Amino acid sequence: MDLTVRDLAVARGGVPVLEGLSFGLTPGRALVLRGPNGSGKTTLLRTIAGLQPAFEGEIAGAGERIAYAAHADGLKSMLSVAENLTFWAQAFGTADIAAALTGFNLEDLARRPAGTLSAGQKRRLGLARLMVTGRPVWVLDEPTVSLDAASVQLFAEAVRGHLAGGGSALMATHIDLGLAEADVFDVTPYKAEPRVSSADEVFL
Amino acid sequence: MIALLLRDLRLSVRAGGGFGLGLAFFLIVTVLVPFGVGPETGLLSKIAPGVLWIGALLACLLSLDRIFALDWEDGSLDLLATAPLPMEGIVSIKALAHWITTGLPLVLAAPVLGVLLSLPEGGYLWVVISLALGTPALSVIGTFGAALTVGLKRGGLLMSLLVLPLYVPTLIFGAEVARRGADGLAVETPLLMLAGISFGAMAILPFASAAVLRINLR
Repeated sequence: MDLTVRDLAVARGGVPVLEGLSFGLTPGRALVLRGPNGSGKTTLLRTIAGLQPAFEGEIAGAGERIAYAAHADGLKSMLSVAENLTFWAQAFGTADIAAALTGFNLEDLARRPAGTLSAGQKRRLGLARLMVTGRPVWVLDEPTVSLDAASVQLFAEAVRGHLAGGGSALMATHIDLGLAEADVFDVTPYKAEPRVSSADEVFL
Repeated sequence: MIALLLRDLRLSVRAGGGFGLGLAFFLIVTVLVPFGVGPETGLLSKIAPGVLWIGALLACLLSLDRIFALDWEDGSLDLLATAPLPMEGIVSIKALAHWITTGLPLVLAAPVLGVLLSLPEGGYLWVVISLALGTPALSVIGTFGAALTVGLKRGGLLMSLLVLPLYVPTLIFGAEVARRGADGLAVETPLLMLAGISFGAMAILPFASAAVLRINLR
């Protein structure tokens, strides 16, 4: 099933930031969102992840199929790496964390408290979480922040493995991941004109 | 859901988890009251049920802002919202975890601390029953307050102001059960009112908490 976005407008704090967006994402494909800072990429990804309602337009094939990774990794510093991953695996109704630990080279760190990891190691753990969700559509917001070159390669391989397994990925990133097959979608031309919504803004 | 409960309980007992916070505060209040009002047994045993209830309520209030604030700060609240758990379930589990880590220790500690306040002999049972029945309401109402103020920097003051009026009925009827029990009077009416408030809050507020949390996460 495809992720389809039709004529979508997304708003931040009740003010639309992007409008007229239409794109599709078929299984096995990756789509990279480009655009300057503040152009609304995060807002768009949060809308697709279902954390906020669409301002206009529609999104099909999202909802329970999305695994979302935000700027913050959602790690508990007092839990070990394995405990963090196990919790997310249970929350998503899966059990196997071994593949995720291996995929992001975290086996040696499995028993370390997440609070003692470096920024890049935390990021790897945050991304490893995606692999235990078992969800087909990865929605990633700047996934490679604070990763070194080798870890970016690990990440690219994880994405490739996910695509090969029939999954898809939607990413906002500025770094070249070496995913030559990924499509690129520039959001810059879709910047919304300033306007006031017809809906009651108090409840936005 | 069970995984979330276990995670919250595990976090609360690890370093920085704040498990003993409410209990320590409760202990401090009940230890200090005899010093403040004087050692006169008659006066102390008269105010003991009320002091125990106020202490328990303030101890609950103290730990409320931890319910969602920590998950909000590290981003796990966003990720939980996209997990296949209903938001109502998440807030109910959060309230239950808060009760187990804060309310339940208070219920268990109350009879011990009652000794310090020369609680009359007949009062112990009713203090425990009223707290056992009332503290779940405090946790559920507090979770609602925490959901309303999640994402606000230093939202603790606003949350206390929002939650305190909602706590008043629970306090009135809870302390009334304990007081009447201690005086050997009939407790049925306030007990039923307390049970009604508690079960009503548990039935309705998770839906309200889930709704405000969804809006606050936008």
